Formats: sequence, C-alpha cells, structure tokens
Amino acid sequence: MSLTDSTATELLRELNAKRVSSEEVTRAYLDQIPSLDQSIQAFLRLRADEALQEARDVDRRRTAGEPVGALAGVPVAVKDILCMQGELTTCASKMLENYRPPYTATVIEKLRQADAIIIGKTNMDEFAMGGSNENSAFMATRNPWNTDCIPGGSSGGSAAAVAARMAPLSVGTDTGGSIRQPAALCGITGMKPTYGRVSRYGLIAFASSLDQVGPLAQTAEDAALLLEVMAGHDGNDSTSAAAPVPRYSQTVTQPLSGLRLGLVKEHFGDGLDGEIETAVREAVRVYESLGATVQNVSLPHSKYGIAVYYVIAPSEASSNLARYDSAHYGYRTDVTEMLAEWEREKKTLAACGDQEGLRRLDSPLVRMYRQSRSEAFGPEVQRRIMLGTYALSAGYYDAYYLKALKVRRLIRQDYDRVFQEVDLIIGPTTPTPAFPIGEKADDPLSMYLGDLYTVSANLAGIGGISVPCGLTSEGLPIGLQLQTPPLEEERLFRAAHMFQQATDWHTRKPSSIQ
Amino acid sequence: MSLSRADVEKVSLLARLRLTPDELDRMTVQLNGIVGYVDQLSELNTDDVEPMAHAIEVHNVFAADEVRPSLNRDLALSNAPKRDEECYRVPAVLGD
Repeated sequence: MSLTDSTATELLRELNAKRVSSEEVTRAYLDQIPSLDQSIQAFLRLRADEALQEARDVDRRRTAGEPVGALAGVPVAVKDILCMQGELTTCASKMLENYRPPYTATVIEKLRQADAIIIGKTNMDEFAMGGSNENSAFMATRNPWNTDCIPGGSSGGSAAAVAARMAPLSVGTDTGGSIRQPAALCGITGMKPTYGRVSRYGLIAFASSLDQVGPLAQTAEDAALLLEVMAGHDGNDSTSAAAPVPRYSQTVTQPLSGLRLGLVKEHFGDGLDGEIETAVREAVRVYESLGATVQNVSLPHSKYGIAVYYVIAPSEASSNLARYDSAHYGYRTDVTEMLAEWEREKKTLAACGDQEGLRRLDSPLVRMYRQSRSEAFGPEVQRRIMLGTYALSAGYYDAYYLKALKVRRLIRQDYDRVFQEVDLIIGPTTPTPAFPIGEKADDPLSMYLGDLYTVSANLAGIGGISVPCGLTSEGLPIGLQLQTPPLEEERLFRAAHMFQQATDWHTRKPSSIQ
Repeated sequence: MSLSRADVEKVSLLARLRLTPDELDRMTVQLNGIVGYVDQLSELNTDDVEPMAHAIEVHNVFAADEVRPSLNRDLALSNAPKRDEECYRVPAVLGD
C-alpha cells in the first residue's frame, strides 16, 4: 500500500516504528497534490516548505528518542477558518484576502503540540456559509468522485482533500452540517462533536452558539485520534466544556453490545432520495446483524429545524460579521474614489434642492463601511447578514429570533426524550447525493433544505458523525449519520468503527485517483 | 409577514451594506422566500417555552481578575487598512 493510501493510524504505526520518516510521508503527499488538485481545487494554500521543515524536526526528535506527540509527523489539512499567527487566514473571503492573524487558534496550538504537520489550508464556503463550496471568493472545489459535482460544504475543501488522498486527516467546522454533509458527499468519515467539546478560540466566528470544530478522515479510528488531540477545555473559550476528554483512540476499536438504535420516522419522508433510503436501511440491517436492536422514534419538531436554523444562524452571523468595518482589519474600498463619488452625489442633491436626499445621504464613514462590505462580501454572506439584521431589528425580534429560540428548546427536548429510549439515532446524513455545480446557485432556499438532517444536532448541541454507507447508481457516495447525547463522542466513534469493521464503503476511493 | 423593497433598503443601511437597485430587487424576492418559509414557526404554540440561546447553558463563567499581557499596539495595528504610528485612520467623522 502506498503512503498516501494509508490511514493516519497506519502511518503513525510506521512512523513510530521508524520504518518511514515524516519527511517521506509529507513529501509523498506534497508530490501528488499539484496534479490531483488541479482538477479538485481543495487547497487554497500549501505550506510546503514549512511542512517539510516541521517534518524533519519531528524526524530528528523521534530518531533521538525524544518524546513526540500523538500525531507526530502525520500531515493534516486545515480549513482556512482557523487562525495561524502571521500566516494568511482568509475564510475564503475577499474581506480577509490579506489577513494575517495576530494570534493562533487553540486547535492549531494543540495540533502543533501533538506534532502534526499542517500541510495546507483548505477551501470553504465564504465564512462557512453554504453547502457546496460555490460560495468561496476564490474558487469552487470539486467532488473527487465526479468533478462536475459539488463536494458539499462548507468544509468542502477539507472533505475533498481526504477523499482524494491529498491528506490523511483534515480539520473542518460544522455550524449546520458543514463537516457531516461534505463528508457524506465525498465518501469519508466526518464528525461534529458536542458543542463546546473543542475550543472555538481563533476560529473565525459564523454563528457562535452553533459553531464547532471537528475531524474528517478515512475512518472512525482516525477521526477518534484527531478529535482526541483537538478536544478539551480552554480558558480562552468560556463556552468550552469542562468535561475531561476520554482516550477515544484507545476505546474506538471496542464494539458496543446491546446497542439500541432509533430510526427517526421524520427522516424518511418527502425529499429523501430513494437510493439513499435503501443504503441507509441496509446499514441498519448491518447493525442488527451485529446485535443492535432498532426501534422507530419520533422527533416531531425536527421539521422546523431549517426554519429555526435560518433565523438563529443569520442573526448571530449579522452580529459577528459587524466587526468587518474596514477600519481595523480586512478589505477597504478605494476611499479617494469613494469620497469623489460622494461629493458628486452631494453636489447633485444640493443643486436640485433635494433636502430629503441630503438628509439621507450617508456620512463618509458610513459610506466607507457600506461600500467596503458590499464589495468584499459575496452574495450569500450579504444575504445572511440581511436576514439576520432583519430578524433582530425592532418589531421583528419577538416574531423571529425569540420564536426561533423557543422552538430550538423544543427540538432539544425531543432529543432528550428519545435518548431515554435509545443509545444512538441512525439515519441519512443528506437527503440527496452531490449535485452538479451551479444547479442551486440561484435558489438559496433549496440549498438550505439540504441541511434537513444535520441542523438539528447543532441546534441541540449534540454530537453526530457521518460514515460512508453506499454509492448511488451514478457512483456518488452516500453518508450514514449517527447522533448521540451530549459528550458521548466515544459512543459515536465505537459505533462507527463497528460499522466499518463489517463493511468496506470507507475503503472505496474515487476512480480518478486509483 | 412580507418585506417591501423599502424595508429591504432600510435593513441594508442597518446592516451597513450598499446594494445596487438590481441587488435590492433580487434581495427582496429572496428574503421574502426565506421569511415566508420561516413563518411556519408561527403555527407552534410556544407560550410556555423558555428560549434556548445556547446548547450548553453555562452561566457566569468567571476568570481570575489578573493582569495579563494583551496584543501589543503594533501587532493590533498590523492588519489595519490605513494607520499611522499609533492609530487606525478613517475618513473624517466630523465634517462641515
């Protein structure tokens, strides 16, 4: 087996046995990325020189018998939403095209402490808003299984990088499904931990009560390894969970006995692709053959998930993104040109005695804010800022934002009730497989409906994982989603690993990279 | 509830965005589509439901009240679109 076909667990075994060096592993990936990524466009930036230097440093310490970290010498690709001091971090936005953060995200620090090799930053939907990667300001990542199709999003670059064997592990973020959905559409394993499990310090904020960092990998075993490194309480993020982090990588291979699975009846209604339903029901039979019992359960408020999400997430986004004021950092319009236009407008209004027009004319500072933001934010980001500003504005706050927060609690209560009866919820990750690039570009609502099965976990703050469970007749991957109560990631990993011991969907790879 | 083009224009000022007439038209249609979908929440009676702002409801997380180093001025100004030695520079706020 070639180095780049190996899982992170296998690479680590070889590295620790000194049968291969990190420099060789890192070079193997860096050598094949240019040709593969020409058609896929998963990476916004590679850190080739830095990665090789870091790899050599790990090799030196390992050879010298010094202690090394849990991911020592293993390459990891990171979504370009996590800050690295002094290194470009763009969120795939023109707004942050030249942004070099003055500090480093806790997750990045933890990866470094574990001696992981960060080989590059991956593409995404701008500010993590979207499910297709078409909203990147720089390029559209393509699905390695069919380059006419989207890879999913917003962590599409991270998912495509692992699927195309350009990295054994990658880091993504999930606000409404942004790890699980691209993992499903790219045929890999992706996990959204419980809200608060991983520090958000240095994660560029989209919707702060929903955002969560998580792992993408070929296998549940690898994902467990990566989460173990990233998870844990952080004094710099007061919402991070104080609970101790289990040794996921030690327990992941232990099967669960007496597993009780809940099949959510609302997940099998209108809109679910027939081939996905068949694959998911077959996956349920696999679990039954492993001794699990299955019962039907109901999450009656899950059908309101999208509506709740598209009030809460844009509301938080409109507030978070207010910081991009073109004064402190980020893009600024050409102020000389802007002021010249402003003077012309003012003169015209004065000449025709339009007092109302003059009164309504922006001040130069407000004009700078507005023009800079509209030039630098893409259409989807502006749409969500508008939606959130509206939902939070006087007269609508109660009808939209407060209402959504109340229904959010009902969604959480549904889960609490169901988890008294079952250990895991099992179902599809997405209603449809990857769709052609451009197909939903002019229809935001239809794009939003693709989040149907994933958003509720973010609203409730619980954990979820997507694992490959089939291929459509057109050869596109299908994802199986498992969900657990808060802080039960260990259960998710063990259940996912059981499935991957009994099936081989996670070992399939796109024909283009055989 | 539906939004008029004038509502959308007002929201664009609150949001500090500047939309062209075409963008205003398109945004009005799209926002109405989304808000129309969201309106289904009104069919639920939520009178006795406590709002849930956060998934993990932690309250009053205190940090020790001690002096710690913060970003130095140069680093804080390092991404400024326009600056001088010690300040961010913006167009005049108070004018004629």
